[in-house]
Amino acid sequence: MSGKKFDFKKLLKGDFSTYLMVIVFYIILQTMSVSGGLSSLFKGMLVPLCIYSIMALSLNLTVGIMGELSLGHAGFMCVGAFAGATFSQLTRDAISVDLLRFILAILVGAAAAALFGFIIGIPVLRLKGDYLAIVTLAFGEIIKNVINVIYLGVDDNGLHLSIKDEAALNLSENGRVIIKGAQGITGTPKNSTFTIGIVLLLITLVIVLNLVHSRSGRAIMAIRDNRIAAESIGINVTKYKMMAFVISASLAGVAGVLYSHNLSSLLAQPKNFGYNMSIMILVYVVLGGIGNMRGSIIAAMLLTALPELLRGFSDYRMLVYAIVLILMMLFNWAPACLEFRERYSLKRMFAGKKAKEAQ
Amino acid sequence: MALLEVKNLTISFGGLKAVDNFSVSIEKGQLYGLIGPNGAGKTTVFNLLTGVYKPDSGSVELDGHNITGKSTIEINHAGIARTFQNIRLFKELSVLDNVKAGLHNEFKYSTVAGVLRLPSYWKVEKQMDERAMELLKVFDLDQEAQTLAANLPYGKQRKLEIARALATDPKLLLLDEPAAGMNPNETAELMDTIRFVRDHFDMTILLIEHDMKLVSGICEKLTVLNFGAILACGDTSAVLNNPEVIKAYLGE
Repeated sequence: MSGKKFDFKKLLKGDFSTYLMVIVFYIILQTMSVSGGLSSLFKGMLVPLCIYSIMALSLNLTVGIMGELSLGHAGFMCVGAFAGATFSQLTRDAISVDLLRFILAILVGAAAAALFGFIIGIPVLRLKGDYLAIVTLAFGEIIKNVINVIYLGVDDNGLHLSIKDEAALNLSENGRVIIKGAQGITGTPKNSTFTIGIVLLLITLVIVLNLVHSRSGRAIMAIRDNRIAAESIGINVTKYKMMAFVISASLAGVAGVLYSHNLSSLLAQPKNFGYNMSIMILVYVVLGGIGNMRGSIIAAMLLTALPELLRGFSDYRMLVYAIVLILMMLFNWAPACLEFRERYSLKRMFAGKKAKEAQ
Repeated sequence: MALLEVKNLTISFGGLKAVDNFSVSIEKGQLYGLIGPNGAGKTTVFNLLTGVYKPDSGSVELDGHNITGKSTIEINHAGIARTFQNIRLFKELSVLDNVKAGLHNEFKYSTVAGVLRLPSYWKVEKQMDERAMELLKVFDLDQEAQTLAANLPYGKQRKLEIARALATDPKLLLLDEPAAGMNPNETAELMDTIRFVRDHFDMTILLIEHDMKLVSGICEKLTVLNFGAILACGDTSAVLNNPEVIKAYLGE
């Protein structure tokens, strides 16, 4: 136990450094953006950087802290995106303050994704390992495909829902269609800004990091490390696994709302809410280090920014992912590599230098 | 009235009667030993007592409450805590967090309070830290509080498991081969620790053990299992001199 002395080194090692990293990142990019130092291409990437960082954090909660591999995370993002966008469309006239409407939309998106997380969690959390991964993958695809056939309209009589076509909605003359099946939602107000994205990223970080260091987080990690032992000391396994899964889903929903309010038209396609997206988020988590929140953010930002900056390169993105993943695994686990890292570790070299100086 | 009253506990796996008509009565504060050759069903008895398996027939009463067929979690709440033959620690958590996980049900604050770091979070976490460090001191683990459980030496991992079980504030502590894999020095130290736990925490302890030096050194009463059935039971010295027991253990 350290004393009351202000320990700056320890502070830098802990959560504080992660918050600091995000804030410094924001200040640099925002200054560059305002002073015109950023290309329009890069400017367009600022919000996606936040979106994918939030996604990576939320998936890391499931994969790293709860210890279960979920391959359907894009599904929850999809639910959040459509719920949030629908809410914004419905209340566009009723709530005139953009920020207020957007905050409410975020809450609605998070709640909808949490609800789906709960419903899907009931069957899924009875499974373990590969089986859980496969079933979450299936649910992710189901969500995307169901949303693709939904038609939703509104008129004086209220909401109309159909899974057939627009005509089946039977809207009155002054009614309008909000979700047009495979054509998705168009004309969502573009409320997402870099500042809001960073604020949401920071809130996500606070939720995840504080949860990990609380009584509930300890219970979740205890279940991850040894389920039987956790039961033997009276921890309610079902409750805490569900809690982690629902929180993770709702955070993905927040990312979804941010996503839907960053585009003029929102479609549920394999590209944005399908299997590829789920895997991409998983790649961020694995590259950044499973259970390592700071790493998730760095990996998400680097891997989102790189392919866009190297335009011609983007065709080979998936190929490069695979290679980078394999290299990363070798770097982390191969015995020869571990030995090499041990021998040439910076920490040890510095420690050695200090010891020599002391002599 | 005995603290633990087990009557005619039976369970079969397929055609095999793993535990057959097992009864035992343990008084409060007793140090009770359960011994028997490999495969006699000792760990199965532990699994029945802690709700990992549900018995086919028979009853378990703890402190006058019937806990037969309840879930592991409910049985822990009722007051039985255990350690495992093959150590089951939370390996990626620190030594301190392992014990704090054991304090989960005794010290509470809501998840929201934890995420928002409300005053109750700071207050209860401080109480948990203090209580956990107290327990770690008993087992001489306080210096390693921040070490990852996986990095502890073997003997200390065994001790940490006992500390974690005690953190749930049980009435009855089940130890499954606490001395397995320990050298004679570590075993001698463990005997002192177990005795200390009994006296200091006013604990009732039921233990499975193969190390006869430990069993004869600290157990007051013994039950011997063989092929799932009780072979002998009674005071330690009488049981260990029983020709039937010697035959089952050493062969003729």
